[in-house]
Amino acid sequence: MRFVDEFRDAEKAQALAAQITALCEPGRQYKLMEVCGGHTHTIYKHGIDDYLPESITLVHGPGCPVCVIPMGRVDDAISIAEQPDVILTTFGDMMRVPGGQGSFFDSKAKGADIRMVYSPLDALKVARRNPDKRVVFMAIGFETTAPSTAMTVLRAASEGIENFSIFCNHVTIIPAIKAILDSPDLRLDGFIGPGHVSTVIGCRPYDFISAQHAKPLVCAGFEPLDILQSVYMIMGQLAAGRAEVENQYSRVVPWEGNPKALGVISEVMELRPYFEWRGLGFISHSALKVRDSYAAFDAERIFEVPGVRVTDPKACQCGEVLKGVIKPWECKVFGTACTPETPIGTCMVSSEGACAAYYNFGRFSRDRVKEAIRT
Amino acid sequence: MSPEGTDALAKDTHIHGEAGAHGEQRAGAEHLSREQQVLERIDKARRRKAKVKDERITLAHGSGGKATHTLIEAVFLEAFRNPLLEALEDQATPVVDGVRLAFTTDSFVVSPLVFPGGDIGDLAVNGTVNDLVMSGAHPLYLSAGFILEEGFPVADLERIVGSMSEAAASAGVAIVTGDTKVVEKGKADGCYINTAGVGVIRHDLQLGASRARPGDAVIVSGPIGEHGVTIMLARGELDIEADVSSDTAPMHDLVARLLDATTKVHALRDATRGGVATVLNEVATASNTAVVLEEEAVPVRPEVTGACEILGIDPLYVACEGRLVAVVEGTVADRALQALRSHPLGAGAAIIGRVKDDPPGLVLLKTTFGGTRIVDVLVGDPLPRIC
Repeated sequence: MRFVDEFRDAEKAQALAAQITALCEPGRQYKLMEVCGGHTHTIYKHGIDDYLPESITLVHGPGCPVCVIPMGRVDDAISIAEQPDVILTTFGDMMRVPGGQGSFFDSKAKGADIRMVYSPLDALKVARRNPDKRVVFMAIGFETTAPSTAMTVLRAASEGIENFSIFCNHVTIIPAIKAILDSPDLRLDGFIGPGHVSTVIGCRPYDFISAQHAKPLVCAGFEPLDILQSVYMIMGQLAAGRAEVENQYSRVVPWEGNPKALGVISEVMELRPYFEWRGLGFISHSALKVRDSYAAFDAERIFEVPGVRVTDPKACQCGEVLKGVIKPWECKVFGTACTPETPIGTCMVSSEGACAAYYNFGRFSRDRVKEAIRT
Repeated sequence: MSPEGTDALAKDTHIHGEAGAHGEQRAGAEHLSREQQVLERIDKARRRKAKVKDERITLAHGSGGKATHTLIEAVFLEAFRNPLLEALEDQATPVVDGVRLAFTTDSFVVSPLVFPGGDIGDLAVNGTVNDLVMSGAHPLYLSAGFILEEGFPVADLERIVGSMSEAAASAGVAIVTGDTKVVEKGKADGCYINTAGVGVIRHDLQLGASRARPGDAVIVSGPIGEHGVTIMLARGELDIEADVSSDTAPMHDLVARLLDATTKVHALRDATRGGVATVLNEVATASNTAVVLEEEAVPVRPEVTGACEILGIDPLYVACEGRLVAVVEGTVADRALQALRSHPLGAGAAIIGRVKDDPPGLVLLKTTFGGTRIVDVLVGDPLPRIC
């Protein structure tokens, strides 16, 4: 495919891998965090790890918007869905995420009208088609998806669609990265920056990572060569003793971001004082809520939302796994209370999460897998 | 990579270096054994009898993935247990008065009822015919059971039944018995069809997922994922247009050609719900072997690749309705391939991988990019009702 195959060229990958290896200091171990779930997916899908030397470990960060939704918010959404005449619309991958009282799938099985959509505009379509129902969109995601949610609210307002509202769970990436950087037990050497978020917020907000924490961050694209090149750029910075924000994804990410998209977000939404993240706890100013001026489209104001906090089980150590402090099997609830069938924290919710992957395949040695492929 | 000297796919799965508490020390044996203990606990859980933990049936139980398997083993197999069912193949092959029969049933609830390349009618005939022919049977007779919703247009029913009749004629089977039920409006989605089929096996071949052996070749009979992508786009939920239509077709002639060319066939499966990846996981598990695939060798039409890229779905998991996966002895791989290619339905056939002895129960993919990935069983299907 044009514009895709070029970024999946194995020969170029081998050349890059050799350059990356050449930049490694003998005896030094490197840990780089890919913040974004989209990057995790690419790394897993294409087997990018195979190109990296033993001394570089990629740590999967908190950037999967589905996995970080806390249990209490899932329960709140379900309680909205179970009120009379409500259709709850959601992205498909939200369906499996467990709340304290089960998932959307479970609630749907009990009779709630929960439908999968591919965009907030599709949810608005459902509202137009069902004027006698109250249609709620489960809005999730980082700054990447917030503009399209905000645009949909603006469109609902301009068309006077009164039976549409959003249950806003949009989160912001910077406070999450800050939370990770501020932990005393952090052991990361650099960051593969989230490309899609950066198309909206630009590269400037990451300055504090290099300025205050002296860690390199490279905004990366989502094709396998993008990621390898970003690793190469981070390693180049580390080798030269630099810590800067660099933009590998300049074909898409403008340094200044997208002022129009930011404008739309701030027209409709404002920062919450604090928001709970699954596995990371409460982080201040890390999420968005609907502004008073658009209260008519805010499900939290329209419906009685219990707002019950479901504490992650005390023993859940997703936060430490995310920060690269412990391995999945060192978590107290791993494999007992927390399994892929009954996930507690973010790392087990997504099949690409560190814990789920280890649960499913930890028993197979990498060497055995490589040996099988080698022939 | 990890200092314990265990590997544990550590890098694949993003498992990080040593635990903070241990500083940079190389951890000792007690460390290793802790990990081993955890792995053994997981293994024990894996071997435990399947148990449905959910209180209610969810859509995941119909996805063809892990939840479906658990439901079948914990509820149905537990209640109906007998040697014929235990094989958990797509059909049973009982011997009656010295004659080997193939017997199968399948229900069809696809939405929309009509889609590019077919409709629920020919799907219902072809699907059951294919489940019979995958055992090497010659399909003979089908039943057709209809569950109709009050208010369903008779003209639509006539169209569906017309295409069933045509599909039966092309597959050389007769629909010889049936049943009709009508439910109140809202209790069904227009029209559901169940077809059961019976055929006769006129040779001594024993085919089954458990018969795959190290050294075998894995062949797919043509480009994959067309039916599933067609249904996704036909639902009109995505504003994507692609020139793709369902591959629904009866594969009796295609299989006959393969079995005429070589008797060294170990397993045949049509790659329906859950796609090629699900079939190969069943092969790897049932035969306790590793299936190693080359992503580059897997035939996928550009339209399907494009739609899957946009949706973030892997074509390996997308349903086909006229494609088979054949596991044949390595020595006859080329002969089997030529036999399949000699038939229009197999024109795009390709050898996509090999069976190996280790690691048992795994499906591995060598990616086009040159990396390695484990192709896991689907947990749940984001796209309900594809057939």
